[in-house]
Amino acid sequence: MKVLVPVKRVVDYNVKVRVKSDGTGVDIANVKMSMNPFDEIAIEEAVRLKEKGVVAEVIAVSCGVTQCQETLRTAMAIGADRAILVETDAELQPLAVAKLLKALVDKEQPQLIILGKQAIDDDCNQTGQMLAALTGLPQGTFASKLEVADGKVTVTREVDGGLERVSLSLPAVITTDLRLNEPRYVTLPNIMKAKKKPLDVVKPADLGVDVAARIKTLKVEEPPKRSAGIKVADVAMLVDKLKNEAKVI
Amino acid sequence: MTALVIAEHDNASIKGATLNTVTAAAAAGGDVHVLVAGHNAGGAAAAAAQIAGVSKVLHADAAQLAEGLAENVAAQIVALASSYSHIVLPATAAGKNIGPRVAALLDVAQLSEVSKVISADTFERPIYAGNAIATVQSLDAIKVLTVRTTGFDAAAATGGSAAIETLAAAVDSGKSSFIGREIAKNDRPELTAAKVIVAGGRALGSSEKFNEVLTPLADKLGAALGASRAAVDAGYAPNDWQVGQTGKIVAPQLYFAVGISGAIQHLAGMKDSKVIVAINKDAEAPIFSVADYGLEADLFAAVPELVNAL
Repeated sequence: MKVLVPVKRVVDYNVKVRVKSDGTGVDIANVKMSMNPFDEIAIEEAVRLKEKGVVAEVIAVSCGVTQCQETLRTAMAIGADRAILVETDAELQPLAVAKLLKALVDKEQPQLIILGKQAIDDDCNQTGQMLAALTGLPQGTFASKLEVADGKVTVTREVDGGLERVSLSLPAVITTDLRLNEPRYVTLPNIMKAKKKPLDVVKPADLGVDVAARIKTLKVEEPPKRSAGIKVADVAMLVDKLKNEAKVI
Repeated sequence: MTALVIAEHDNASIKGATLNTVTAAAAAGGDVHVLVAGHNAGGAAAAAAQIAGVSKVLHADAAQLAEGLAENVAAQIVALASSYSHIVLPATAAGKNIGPRVAALLDVAQLSEVSKVISADTFERPIYAGNAIATVQSLDAIKVLTVRTTGFDAAAATGGSAAIETLAAAVDSGKSSFIGREIAKNDRPELTAAKVIVAGGRALGSSEKFNEVLTPLADKLGAALGASRAAVDAGYAPNDWQVGQTGKIVAPQLYFAVGISGAIQHLAGMKDSKVIVAINKDAEAPIFSVADYGLEADLFAAVPELVNAL
């Protein structure tokens, strides 16, 4: 069976972004871009399923600018067999991405679609659930364990207060939580191999999808700064401050 | 304009996050109705009817709604949606699971983790782990929102007397089934609702030390226990204790960060706490830049001393 893994190119995890002075967004010119960490976990899981013989082919997909090809090459260096870029310079919101992915799901007919639960730039946590809705498939979000057997996938989900297990009929949409796996480091030979793997480029119009934004960003600001307080000399002073100044204990 | 709040509940009672969600919905949409979709959930529906500011409770009861499966609950919500200007869910694991499914079925966008309501169609939400706040306007006819409970006061749990209307339940999708749940049982308050939180980081060194050092302090203060990602990754604390961008977002009255350096992803989850205390032996730890009271000390000596002093 096939697995489709959508991946997003985002500002690297370690970059502290700055809000632009004109309030139109954050400054991402000349900052390091990487694959969204949750999507790396998604690719890793798909590749492990392939290594176990459960899956025959892993297809990575990205939606966005030309440079997303780099992200797709990384996905193929981890072990994806081929990649598809839906290329556009338009600002893509989760609903538009879900519609693009639905068009690819219709075409490729994967049995599993594994996505990161959330992108660390817009922090939306929507695309997987939306894709499941549009395709009419069941969803297993925030997964910390997957077991595929007999036309079903059993998903252990991270929920408030603990874990939950659900059984979904295939095909199904999965979104990954942090502890599903630890992605491998990509090695130089695999990076070289990835350069030779097929990467198709299509446009949203080819897929018949309108990607118009439904949410308008009016402004982007710095959050209110929390200023540092004081250093206390010892535990006695801390207790005194909490009791008599902050009055919280 | 009427907003529909999707109640978070355990069939017997309403979870606290629902109360904050009612406040957000009232600010966005005027009249507030609450949907209780569950099984044998008469208790939860009755509790919802008592929430101050709620004018109607819609109660759908069926076995396929018992465990909050996204496929079935979303179908239930979509069947009602055309009567509402807003559909509002708490940004909890359950709300985040269901909300986007509803939005896509309605062909509308979702606004995630709304932290402030500006007007019926304009909202604030944090992006980039809270390093920027975006003001966004929805262009859709129905606004689907998940709201950050820390951004809104809880509505009073009593004082209301809404009518309860029984609905026909949405049919089972047949594509998903619930197997089981392992929820840690303890007497501590829930992390996202606690007034005091004691959180530990990698400096605790082991799961034994984490418990041995932090539990007495949490017991003394009636606090919930939390952890940094590093501590969870190292196996010192369970996954659902993680406070931060991709874990729990908390805003207690008092937050103790013990042996936590203060990565931006952690700060994103706790910097709206009223009073922050940091205990760390590294004077340069970023956590001190947001702490009201910083104690530069060895936590293994300072925390037991603190427990004795309280």
